[in-house]
Amino acid sequence: MTTMLNEIDEEKAIVLKTGQNELFSNPDADLAREAFRNKSRALKPKLSTVEEVVRTMVHDGDYVTIGGFGANRIPTAILHEMVRQGKKHLGFAGHTSTHDFQILCAGECFDRLDIAYIIGLEARGLSPNARRYIESGKVKLTEWTNATLSWRIKAAAMGLSFLPARNIMGTDTFKYSAAKEILCPFTGQKYVAFPALYPDFAAIHVHECDVYGNAHLYGSSVSDQDLAKASKRVVLTTERIIPNEQIRQNPSATFIPYWCVDAVVEVPYGSYPGNMPYEYFSDEAHIKEWLKAEKDPDEFRKFIDRQIFGTKNFYEYLELNGGIEKMKKLRAAEFLIPTE
Amino acid sequence: MADYNPLELMICVAARNLEDGSTVVVGTGAPCAAAMLAQKTHSPNMCVMFEAGGVAPILPSMPISVGDSRTFHRAIMASSMPEIMETCQRGMVDYTFLGGAQIDMYGNINSTMIGSDHSRPKVRFPGSGGANDLASLCWRTMMMTVQDAKRFTNDIDFITSPGYLTGGNSRYEAGLPKGTGPYRIITNMAIMGFDDETKRMKVLSVNPGYSREDVQENCGFELLWADNVTETDPPHENELKILREEVDPHRYIIGR
Repeated sequence: MTTMLNEIDEEKAIVLKTGQNELFSNPDADLAREAFRNKSRALKPKLSTVEEVVRTMVHDGDYVTIGGFGANRIPTAILHEMVRQGKKHLGFAGHTSTHDFQILCAGECFDRLDIAYIIGLEARGLSPNARRYIESGKVKLTEWTNATLSWRIKAAAMGLSFLPARNIMGTDTFKYSAAKEILCPFTGQKYVAFPALYPDFAAIHVHECDVYGNAHLYGSSVSDQDLAKASKRVVLTTERIIPNEQIRQNPSATFIPYWCVDAVVEVPYGSYPGNMPYEYFSDEAHIKEWLKAEKDPDEFRKFIDRQIFGTKNFYEYLELNGGIEKMKKLRAAEFLIPTE
Repeated sequence: MADYNPLELMICVAARNLEDGSTVVVGTGAPCAAAMLAQKTHSPNMCVMFEAGGVAPILPSMPISVGDSRTFHRAIMASSMPEIMETCQRGMVDYTFLGGAQIDMYGNINSTMIGSDHSRPKVRFPGSGGANDLASLCWRTMMMTVQDAKRFTNDIDFITSPGYLTGGNSRYEAGLPKGTGPYRIITNMAIMGFDDETKRMKVLSVNPGYSREDVQENCGFELLWADNVTETDPPHENELKILREEVDPHRYIIGR
């Protein structure tokens, strides 16, 4: 893919400056159109399983993206299964990735990384294991920002190869990106041009959808509407399956339409231990346990053996960590209902 | 004089800079506390935004994540990241707060890495997240931080988020929106602004209990001084009461 990019006559494209790091995905809009041309538009049931989705839709070397916001509305079951099935050499968009990033680092699943926010878990502190993995030099790193990755995904959702913007110029974030500076053909204003990001695979956790993949999603949506449009293969994990009639009763609420979606898996409590707005709050005790186990590599290996490799699927993982009793507590926490 | 700790002072001073009717994008921690305090004192209708999409929530408690349920609790809008960032890019967001491991005399901030080899960082931090975007696109950027000579340095390892870059007009010349940039650096020792011409960091007031020497000694570069450097107005009784009882009753932030 890089051949195509190298052939660009920079003078003709009026490129002023170029970030020096690698671009891990091809922004070409016609290539993406070819992929989307072959994507099914059939209104057909797409129910699948976590195991099957990861086995058939994620291939070693793919570029992968995860919806939600780190430990909020994340498709945990898919992430665990990627580790369980030993997916390797993935490209990954670290777009405020926090607990999702921790899981993929535990499996050393990716080796090239577009960075906006990695390693940290916001107010909870930094992940020791993720930090070791990134500082090891095993992963190729290219810098971006949260807005930048949102706009790269938006450019793809629009069917373009780039979008101009006004951030990151003059900084090392630009220098270690793969962005370019250009001039506006109308005003002469300097802009940074961000290459479209067309992921091979995206997993998004939603509140409810029908068997065709028409989905409702509540609360902050981060970049997930664009992500569903931009990605070549999309799986929705959902808190619950709803009848198609419920979608048709309120079409203005449809957040993702079925033609973006390739597979649907019903995974109640699927964002655990993350927060699912209007459903359940994050399990801070369990996330703390992860962070603590990560301090010592041997301890962490045992922890992952128990939590991921030792569990057959996501339900066993939920049971291991408190099952329905725990979920009741997290539901109460979400709704600010005192339980003691 | 009321008894208070450095974080309480920084949060109170930050809150005073947020006027009613303004818009501010905040993260978790002290900036969120400052915004909540401003709302509960002089700016009841200041609009607080979170980069994952929450707009004008009635915060029931301190969020753990800028995308968690609390950030759109009884909010005006639960939107998206592009929505928030594009609102910044349109020039509709007045303030933001940033943190970082290093800051230089032009207010450039490092939150990416320590070391000289980007591919093999000595110490890796989370990176920009939304910091560069907010520093680039909001009108006024503020920072609350403890001050020492290692953190305030011109030997900055990586410029994650833009301040005034190399000073003078360089920020605008680089392509960043006109009239934006660092506004206040609020430390445990002093309150700084930036010189209109050179864009170098300039002390505006010194916090009670500290001398000019303390402020300069704990800064790795030469500070400019305003013509009329005053003593920082310390936290008032009513500010502390609201901060301790309503904003952060569990002392998650002010207890650090």
